[in-house]
Amino acid sequence: MRSRTVKAILLNLAVAFIALLVLFPLAWMVSVSFMSTGEAAVFPPPLLPKTWTLEHYRDLFLTQGMGRYLWNSFALATMATGLALAFTVPAGYAFAKLAFRGRDRVFKLLVAALVVPAQIGTLPLFLMLKQMGLVNTYAGALVPWLASIFGLFLVRQYALSIPDEMLEAARIDGASEGQIFRRVVLPTLQPIIVTLALFVFLGSWNDFLWPLIILTDQSNYTLPVALAALSREHVQDIEMMMAGAVITVAPVLILFLALQRYYIRGMLAGSVKG
Amino acid sequence: MTAVDTTVIARPARRAGTRRSRERAAWGFVAPSLIAIGLFFAIPVFSALLLSLTDFDIYALADIGNVRFVGLQNYERLLGNPLFWTAMKNTGLFAVIGVPLSIITSLGAAVILNARVVKWRPLWRVMFFAPYVTTLVATAVLWNYLLHTRYGIINWAIQSLGLPAVDWLGQPSTSIPAILMFVVWKIFGYNMLIFLAVLQTVPDDLYEAARIDGAGPWKQFRHVTLPAIAPTLLLVSIISVAGFCQLFAEPYVMTQGGPAQSTVTVLYFMYEEGFKWWNLGSASAVAFVLFLCILAVTLVQLAVAKRMGAYE
Repeated sequence: MRSRTVKAILLNLAVAFIALLVLFPLAWMVSVSFMSTGEAAVFPPPLLPKTWTLEHYRDLFLTQGMGRYLWNSFALATMATGLALAFTVPAGYAFAKLAFRGRDRVFKLLVAALVVPAQIGTLPLFLMLKQMGLVNTYAGALVPWLASIFGLFLVRQYALSIPDEMLEAARIDGASEGQIFRRVVLPTLQPIIVTLALFVFLGSWNDFLWPLIILTDQSNYTLPVALAALSREHVQDIEMMMAGAVITVAPVLILFLALQRYYIRGMLAGSVKG
Repeated sequence: MTAVDTTVIARPARRAGTRRSRERAAWGFVAPSLIAIGLFFAIPVFSALLLSLTDFDIYALADIGNVRFVGLQNYERLLGNPLFWTAMKNTGLFAVIGVPLSIITSLGAAVILNARVVKWRPLWRVMFFAPYVTTLVATAVLWNYLLHTRYGIINWAIQSLGLPAVDWLGQPSTSIPAILMFVVWKIFGYNMLIFLAVLQTVPDDLYEAARIDGAGPWKQFRHVTLPAIAPTLLLVSIISVAGFCQLFAEPYVMTQGGPAQSTVTVLYFMYEEGFKWWNLGSASAVAFVLFLCILAVTLVQLAVAKRMGAYE
């Protein structure tokens, strides 16, 4: 019995230790962002600000154009989410529940395509969009989110569980396929739609390589691109960079914490079933 | 957008759907998505192969007439480029150290969190996962300061133990381990959740039986846990290899490929070749080599797994 309690204490201590390692960096980031200039550049590193100040947040929004970047990130992530849902949800449902010629062959092709990293197509896609005049536009930044094979799979996997009788009953009642999709299918798919929306929103918000390439003008930068550029110019300004990092991370972290059930459920469904 | 299109197509089929109208409706549902995948994924990937056989550069960008077909010259030149080999070696190092390190961390955390006696398990689960959803660029900037030679908290901890400070990102011998510390911190929660989900499917009876047979914690892990998670372990390691082969933002933000090109990864090399020097033909060749490497490693992993499965 005593060895059990020792084990329990040790395991709980181990968890607390991991929690410290995981959460300390994020907590420190927030704390330093409220310190006055130069306060964090001392040894040993301070844990809390001597006096709390908002000067770096003010500076970022007033002189560094952070408001613009925040808006770009928000607008792009929102549009990417809407577009990705509009393109992948009907397709995922059709692959699961509607019979059409060549369905299984197309699906096999899509499965095979999953092993190809999207980065390979980056350069031709850039040239293609350049021809279309979409470099340095929102549209150019949004394009990759339309072609999400992963999203299609996620929806298909979930839609497989819709009972055929339910769809048949609606058909006998005289509903068209479009009506069935809107009135019967969409409500049942609601949990996976929330999950997919969350994935796309966070994915678009956090994306770096593609916006870095396609958004060439500073006024179109998203937060990550702007932050990377800013960090090269302001290496010494620890406190300001931490404020920038907080602005970038806080929205997605809050969104994740609010909807974590949907996120984790979808993530496990996507990876465990392949 | 699509929903509107499809209803328009499906509307003539008011009466209980005949086969043909249902087929048409189905195509209405999948067409937008398939067209987008074809246009913005399939075509670019195939053109990348063609592009890699041309000398597409900044002059061709100005006037497409300047493009010439050069066969395998880009590949030949790559194999003769020392920086390409440095990038390959660095990427290999990242993967060879990073994959086992991250998987062991994830698995360790999962095993600990799976213990009944641990309190507030759902809370920890979410917290350990949180770094995964944070913006990579932002947390990379954060870690730059955690790793700072003079003021960084990591060196403070090291010095408190009486050891000398380390110039983490400033010398070639520690730059890769330093970036890996950050990467593992950021991603271990992902695989941890997957392992946890699988561990929870292992029946308690198996552990009970092993305990009665006198198996200690290690033997229980070796003979009960490990066989149960083996398929997941394979899947996770394949995905991790692909992930570690595609590191880009980490070196871009933290080291710009330095010091002494010790953190130039293949993708970073491709980015510079393509979008700094505008050698798009050559950069496409880099992308293809990377893809083939990932594919090769994946096939080897599958073969090894098959072998081991056959032995047991």
